[in-house]
Amino acid sequence: MKNICFYFEVHQALRLKRYRFFDIGDNHYYYDDFQTEDYLRNLVEEAYLPANRTIAEMIRSSNGKFKCAFSISGISLDLFEQYAPELIDSFRELAQSNTVEFLAEPYAHSLASVFNPQEFELQVKMHSDKIESLFGKRPTAFRNAELIYSDEIGELVANMGYKVMLIDEARHIMGWKSPNFVYRHAYRPKLKLLVRNYKLSDDIAFRFSDHSWKDFPLTAEKYIHWIKNTPPEENIINIWMGYEAIGHFQRQESGIFDFLKAIPYRAMEQEIGFIFPSEAGRRIEAVDSLSVPHPISWSGHEKDLTPWLGNDLQQEALNKLYAVSERVHLCKEHPLKYDWLMLQTSDHFRYMSHKDPFGTYYESAYDAFINYMNVLADFLDRVNAQYPDGIENEELNELIKTINNQEKQIALLEQEIAKLQAAKPVCKRKTN
Amino acid sequence: MKALMLGWEFPPHILGGLGTASYGLTKSMSQQGDMEITFVIPKPQGDEDQSFLKITGACCVPVVWKENSWEHVNVRIGKLMHPDEYFWLRNGIKYDYRRIYTNDLGCIDFSGRYPDNLLEEISNYEAVVSVLAHQLSFDIIHSHDWLTYPAGVFAKQISGKPLVVHVHATDFDRSRGQVNPIVYGIEKRGMELADHIITVSDLTRRTVIEKYHQHPDKVTTVHNAVEPLKDVDSFVKTPRKDKVVTFLGRITMQKGPEYFVEAAHRVLQKTQKVRFVMAGSGDMMQAMIDLAAQRNIADRFHFTGFLKGREVHQMLAESDVYVMPSVSEPFGISPLEAMQVGTPSIISKQSGCAEILTHAIKTDYWDIEAMADAIYTIVENPAAYRSLRELGREEVNNIRWYDAGLKVRKIYDRLTGAL
Repeated sequence: MKNICFYFEVHQALRLKRYRFFDIGDNHYYYDDFQTEDYLRNLVEEAYLPANRTIAEMIRSSNGKFKCAFSISGISLDLFEQYAPELIDSFRELAQSNTVEFLAEPYAHSLASVFNPQEFELQVKMHSDKIESLFGKRPTAFRNAELIYSDEIGELVANMGYKVMLIDEARHIMGWKSPNFVYRHAYRPKLKLLVRNYKLSDDIAFRFSDHSWKDFPLTAEKYIHWIKNTPPEENIINIWMGYEAIGHFQRQESGIFDFLKAIPYRAMEQEIGFIFPSEAGRRIEAVDSLSVPHPISWSGHEKDLTPWLGNDLQQEALNKLYAVSERVHLCKEHPLKYDWLMLQTSDHFRYMSHKDPFGTYYESAYDAFINYMNVLADFLDRVNAQYPDGIENEELNELIKTINNQEKQIALLEQEIAKLQAAKPVCKRKTN
Repeated sequence: MKALMLGWEFPPHILGGLGTASYGLTKSMSQQGDMEITFVIPKPQGDEDQSFLKITGACCVPVVWKENSWEHVNVRIGKLMHPDEYFWLRNGIKYDYRRIYTNDLGCIDFSGRYPDNLLEEISNYEAVVSVLAHQLSFDIIHSHDWLTYPAGVFAKQISGKPLVVHVHATDFDRSRGQVNPIVYGIEKRGMELADHIITVSDLTRRTVIEKYHQHPDKVTTVHNAVEPLKDVDSFVKTPRKDKVVTFLGRITMQKGPEYFVEAAHRVLQKTQKVRFVMAGSGDMMQAMIDLAAQRNIADRFHFTGFLKGREVHQMLAESDVYVMPSVSEPFGISPLEAMQVGTPSIISKQSGCAEILTHAIKTDYWDIEAMADAIYTIVENPAAYRSLRELGREEVNNIRWYDAGLKVRKIYDRLTGAL
């Protein structure tokens, strides 16, 4: 039996305000709250809320047969709590129906998996905590920000105990292989990999209302027919996209909501089921392993990391940022930690791309770079104020370790004292 | 295809960007093989590069019939024009121009610059071109800038050949809105009577359509390009302690020098490792010196005076940042020259070249904060400097006059019915 695995990415970044170099050192607030609220409210009202209602209806009309997964970045959840609490409620309702799954991902939708494994693990844990506190369940399947994946990252994820991870269909990795099977990690066979069906996903996300597309108009019947006509042994069709595709890129007027509503019925008619990523990992056997020596993502045709670190500007920004990660980990100050997460969001670096600054609100890559670097300069100054960069990281670590160890040692010694004191009477008895 | 081009300047004796653009365009068009260009300028010096076109000096063309011996003509203008040509052109005198003051050869003396009696010089130029229009054979007339529009129109009326006017600037750019009605009149009439209008940027195209009320179909943008520098590697940057930020151009209202001074003031409040250079001269120079003194940055703000030829490229190459805060710039070729020698450029959005450049930072001319921010980033951040330097150079090397020439040729072909 064939199964469709629907998954939607929900991620919006906080917008940086125009931060001039005169502000460095004077002003430590980096965000344009008005802009953030404005576009977020817009998006929530025209896309996220109606889409959630549609999905609720799909679940109802299919008697709970329809299932889908969401990955909501921690940063977005923070923003929704502040600007659109009703959206959180709406997700909560979906969560209670037990027909949606929430995936784990790094909290800040960051590139930490590439730059700093320690930071990556911290963020994943943070995100799982957040999801659990909001929706009552800890995620068991993992997707990385921008679906970035390599053997190395896969290993990190496997070490954290996840059994399923989501990746994109990169031509140079898949070759002749079909994305419609379950695969496994190159040398950690317990980690199963689900592969996005790039064509069928983009048919909805980008081509649905394109009048020049040869398959326009797309109906649910036609779409399910395509899925039905895949070779019979192919057992999972992964349809993944950014959630804003529903209602924002494809407007309500295009009929996208009605298209979706018709999907469960048409699918059941053809005996096609729906499945969670975690369920797929448990139930479907992997057919082969995939070896990914260099990181891939879900962006562009090359499916590599160039949209975020393809030019000198982006590399400079990222290197400067992650150079202080150890120091920030030592910090306890909450605002600093918050800014640290916000500044890691992958979107900031995407805006600095010359070739593909998707979703940018800057006039040019240079404009984005200037603004970000000014903010970063101020942030680095603040980190420096706590832990001056005159001291080497290792040295600093040693000092901190000594302090931490001191406590442990004291605790250890106290334990010993207690043990010895307890042992005293026994000794006495023996001598007697 | 034979083109009669009417211009005012030609290298090496140039006063502004017009001469450079004329040279680049004609040189690239001559590479098309079947182009034959006669370029008329008021007063050639005899040392112009004539390897790819023929330059005719308006000051050697007789407009009043005077008897002279071959030898006398040879002595007088032999280095600019062959005496036989002089006598042949003399047959083209069809109108009575005795009202104009002429010399012993029946020719008019031109200054070849932009003198106070510019309007008189324009009408004299028109008279000269009438003689050429009667005598030469050509398929198309191409007028560069308003000074030659009346002559172009007259040549069209005489020969019946199509006229293309090339708008390198309009009076709206030169005067910040205080338009001279006589100049406007000449420009408007030239555009009205032209068969096609070429503008150097979409910005200028909009001005032509909105302010001169021309039909959009008649106006095409052909962006300028930049000649590759042959000795580009000879311009090197001497390592120095302080970064150099440069403004280069005429110090006039149009170029927005005061915004540069203000931006410098902002940058110097944050860092002292930068020096600012204002190269060029102009009617606002004194005011700028005063302004720099008022802002208390005169110790870090330097004036070089007028630079020419190699000095220009040397100055650009020595700079870490080139800034062009022009209030209104039809095209603006100097950022391209700066990028050729690897100097990152900050340009105003109100300049035409902003339309074709990606690897330059663009700000509004009045936005001194953005300008200061960009300067600060480039001097403080090696990655930004490197990126702008390398990608900018690559970008500029791909902007070729040859492509611009092909676009102009297409317009010729359409007008002459060759297409």
